[in-house]
Amino acid sequence: MCPDRNIADKRQPHIRVVDLTMAYGDFVIQRNLNFTIYRGDIFIVMGVSGCGKSTLLKHLTGLMRPASGRILFGDVDFWAVPEYRRWELMERCGVSYQDGALWSSMTLSENISLPLEQYTSLSPGHIRRLASLKLSLVGLKGFDDFFPAQISGGMRKRAGLARAMALDPEVLFFDEPSAGLDPVSSKRLDDLILEIRDSLGATIVVITHELASIFSIGSNGVFLDNKTKTMLAAGHPRDILRTSKNQRVIDFLTRGTGKRELPCV
Amino acid sequence: MAENLNDAGTFFIKTDEKGRIQISFSGNWTIKAAVIEENKILKELGHRLVPGAKVMVNASSLQAWDSIFISALIAVKDFLENKNVAPDFTDLPEGVLHMLQLASSSPEAGEVPATGMEKRFLERVGKTFQSYLQSVRDFHRFLGEVVLGLAGLFTGHTRIRAKDFFLYLQNAGAEALPIVSMVSFLVGLILAFVATVQLKLFGAQIYVADLVGIAMARDMGAMMCGIIMAGRTGATYAAQLGTMQVNEEIDAFKTFGINPVNFLVVPRILALGFMMPFLCIYADLLGIAGGAVVGAGFSDITLQQYINETQVAVSLSQFFIGIVKCFIYGLIVALVGCQKGLSSGRSAAAVGRVTTSAVVTSIVWIIITCAVITIICYILDI
Repeated sequence: MCPDRNIADKRQPHIRVVDLTMAYGDFVIQRNLNFTIYRGDIFIVMGVSGCGKSTLLKHLTGLMRPASGRILFGDVDFWAVPEYRRWELMERCGVSYQDGALWSSMTLSENISLPLEQYTSLSPGHIRRLASLKLSLVGLKGFDDFFPAQISGGMRKRAGLARAMALDPEVLFFDEPSAGLDPVSSKRLDDLILEIRDSLGATIVVITHELASIFSIGSNGVFLDNKTKTMLAAGHPRDILRTSKNQRVIDFLTRGTGKRELPCV
Repeated sequence: MAENLNDAGTFFIKTDEKGRIQISFSGNWTIKAAVIEENKILKELGHRLVPGAKVMVNASSLQAWDSIFISALIAVKDFLENKNVAPDFTDLPEGVLHMLQLASSSPEAGEVPATGMEKRFLERVGKTFQSYLQSVRDFHRFLGEVVLGLAGLFTGHTRIRAKDFFLYLQNAGAEALPIVSMVSFLVGLILAFVATVQLKLFGAQIYVADLVGIAMARDMGAMMCGIIMAGRTGATYAAQLGTMQVNEEIDAFKTFGINPVNFLVVPRILALGFMMPFLCIYADLLGIAGGAVVGAGFSDITLQQYINETQVAVSLSQFFIGIVKCFIYGLIVALVGCQKGLSSGRSAAAVGRVTTSAVVTSIVWIIITCAVITIICYILDI
């Protein structure tokens, strides 16, 4: 993580998706996806439920192999390199899952410490201090010794984010960060995502269909459609709202009203 | 980007002409680079610190940083604040200041409640004992609910879905056959070996048939079925219901006014209770067959003689004792498995705990029950 990363050229490609087709066996989810995620972007993957947003996340995080097409991290073709290289790339990514996906038999501190223990040679005391730092960054100072079952859903989500940040990743993925959160907590989480991007300079990929989030934090994005099984729009969400000619995109971004005005963000 | 990201981070502390302490950080302060322990900084800082000193932190030659650097700064800050010195961080990069601010902002979750871990020894003993008593009470309540649920079958209060019931039957019956076959056949074989070696000394190998037949019919067939089903079906029941508890499926039943005991537990108990006697008869026969292989194969006795001897020795009442025992074991396995499952906590670890506990508890109760029934049979001379 470099201090100069913030002022680096914003349009430096970080992840490129080229002609990607995603399928479960013969069942195609999405085809011909082409888009670029730039360094420092907050990239929004939007679309109605069931359009393949989560499947795309699985492809980007190395859990599923593309049926065809390529995913490039920098210049490296993610699926063309040997497995150990893939693991190295994954080490630089953090994923924050919908319900936190915290390991239930470990305390919050241990959840965050595990990747640090596996990948670094830091002393146990140092790791513990780092874990507490991560927890305080997400507003959970003092909750080190709690088990995931002892805290609320919103807090679990934050703890999941703290764990995703354990190794100071270059890319952070969020699966439905605001699902199940009240508007205020959801706004706070959005602010936190912005803070992380601004101070750590991380590239952030967010999967969501929460309009308020899409317009307030997104700097780039892609719209996946479940009927045509491909992307219908790409770019800054506000630009998409302003310029898209596609009725399905407009319906999604205006909740079917067709009025091209920003929701309260 | 910095030239070499693996250069270790360094720090340098000096006191300048105005008496200010300057801490300079340089190089890479990242997880990937070699890391300096925070204690080292604090130790050196401690040496130089004089009351009322001003401390400046600068990072002008810092190359790359991540949370390791933030963590070090926080350690410095906490150390100095303990000594009533406010460090001057103004020369740090903006991103660093941002992170520091974020880390020191008050926790959003509000006050941190106690985790419940820091209790004293006696208090823990007391709480453990109370929770044990509570679990005994819970089991009795559960037993009562099951009896009411079974009675509800006749009054129409309990409705079970035929589809589920047949699935449970298949799971507790047909699908258990391979493992029951193997285990009981081998147990019969082992008994026969032990008996053959001893009885050969008296030239009484023919009684191998008696021993194996009676042992399998009265006890071993039933007990092997009980133990296998505890590990197989009991564990399944506990894990299924425990996972349903985790997913709030049990709560969903309750809010529809469907009693989970009636809907989930009663059919499982019926299925296992119904299948166990059949499994027991099957296990008995295979055990006797296993005995015959050794009894007739490793001595002068013919298979016909062995079968005749078995028929004479093993009366029908001995089979019945085994069947009754096995039926009771089935009830124990199903009851314990379901009760543990329903009392599961809401995490993956909790499901694992109740599953283990279901198997162990069932096996212990099976053996205790076996001992009690054996003693009763002895007293009643059956």
